[in-house]
Amino acid sequence: MSVEKTYAEINTKIKAGKAIVVTAEELITLVEEKGLTKAAQEVDVVTTGTFAPMCSSGAFLSFGHTKPRMKMQKVWLNGVAAYTGIAAVDAYIGATEMHEDDPLNSNYPGEFRYGGGHVIADLVARKPVKLKALAYGTDCYPRRNLETTITLDDINEAILFNPRNAYQNYNCAVNLTDRTIYTYMGMIKPHMGNANYSTAGQLSPLLKDPHFKTIGVGTKIFLGGGIGYVAWNGTQHFPSMIDVEGKELGSAGGTLAVTGDLKQMSPRWLVGTSYLGYGATLSVGIGIPIPILNKEIARYAAKKDEELFAPVVDYGEAYPSFTPGNLGYVSYADLKSGKITVNGKEISTAPLSSMPRAREIAATLKGWILKGEFQLTEPVKTLPSPADGFTAHSIKED
Amino acid sequence: MSPKRIVLRFGTDISVKPIVYRLVKDYDLVVNIVKADVNPQKEGTMILEVTGDQSEDGLNYLRNLGVSVQNLTQEIVRNDEKCVMCGACTGVCPTGALYMERPSMEVRFDGDQCVFCQLCVKVCPMWAMEVRL
Repeated sequence: MSVEKTYAEINTKIKAGKAIVVTAEELITLVEEKGLTKAAQEVDVVTTGTFAPMCSSGAFLSFGHTKPRMKMQKVWLNGVAAYTGIAAVDAYIGATEMHEDDPLNSNYPGEFRYGGGHVIADLVARKPVKLKALAYGTDCYPRRNLETTITLDDINEAILFNPRNAYQNYNCAVNLTDRTIYTYMGMIKPHMGNANYSTAGQLSPLLKDPHFKTIGVGTKIFLGGGIGYVAWNGTQHFPSMIDVEGKELGSAGGTLAVTGDLKQMSPRWLVGTSYLGYGATLSVGIGIPIPILNKEIARYAAKKDEELFAPVVDYGEAYPSFTPGNLGYVSYADLKSGKITVNGKEISTAPLSSMPRAREIAATLKGWILKGEFQLTEPVKTLPSPADGFTAHSIKED
Repeated sequence: MSPKRIVLRFGTDISVKPIVYRLVKDYDLVVNIVKADVNPQKEGTMILEVTGDQSEDGLNYLRNLGVSVQNLTQEIVRNDEKCVMCGACTGVCPTGALYMERPSMEVRFDGDQCVFCQLCVKVCPMWAMEVRL
């Protein structure tokens, strides 16, 4: 018996409080117990979740006008510069911008204690934030400088807009050199002394819809503890499928640009983050509902850690020099077991992506849908899928 | 008499000297080596529990050799408000004091296994590991 459902049918069931909603992990168990066809018939929505550092994040802030008016040319929030090459009192605070006085890596490895991600986290925690602005002055915007304190509630708009989040998959980082390295994948000890990875595996949103059958422009999601939307594909969106040990696998591939009103988000799900020797960023909580429209969508949503693989990459030499290739693939089941074997050597693994938080997101989103508060949106435009064959280019130098 | 917990830090020159033997033989101290480590640069760290009437004399002997002697009155604590249970610390903790519980993938901290190396304090992306006096 075939399974075909529409968004409208599923939303009708959600509104009536009759939808069957499970997390991606619960779907795996259900498929094991009842088989794929029965599970696909029963389940209406599968919820996913991920909570990890996502560097390409930031917020558009519109502060409101000063008296007299000012066309802000340089802006700092708690000493962190925001981009103001947009209209008079608008700025974009990026997650990885550092405090003006940060010593960066001059005392290697630097601590990178406070950056744009921390500013966003402080704003969403309703902490007072120091705003400093300079301007050159015009006839219509005469004011030249401003120093004041703002809170998220004081300013007119705060729109989280993250150009690249929710990476579909990611490298497992090791280090083949003979010195400790400090990377965005954490501290990696020499001679493959440890291995770090950073996805939620079987709960990770884009690993559960690798062909972008349901996640597209306009998809309503859990973002930073509130409601957000998929705005576009993320930057560096290069979905593809790789064959690993005869299994079809989503590559690092797909990404999402996501947006939402910062004012309704929560400090639990937007956390300022520092990587020793690397920089500061923002950890973002994202959860995406996947409607089980048919059996094929259910089949991908039910993929488990044993069937999902990450490439092992040397961050000591190969990654920084942009040398293609990897040291093989390991399953998320192996990564989560705490030990993997690479080049015949057993290495202990550590995650950078929080599974307990990912589970909490998937469960929270499930709760919202079950209560009828959160309905699904059909994408207004689908995103490029592996079939579109997008590939990355490197910068051409003169 | 309760034992004194101390952390010793020393350079290459000391690594080759039998300092623990001297504490026992010359100062009549009962010494329990909680942890000892010499890194690839031949710099050493040792955590000792020392008991005896002449413990202060013994420690002065070490200081005169150029050994840094620090009382281990500090402890490492986890700020549960800040910890997001990512697990980044578990990859660098040398003793397994910080470890992942499976299959929940929750991060656990066993203070008894901690040797105060403070690596977790530096690598925790959320600054959740704190030194407390």
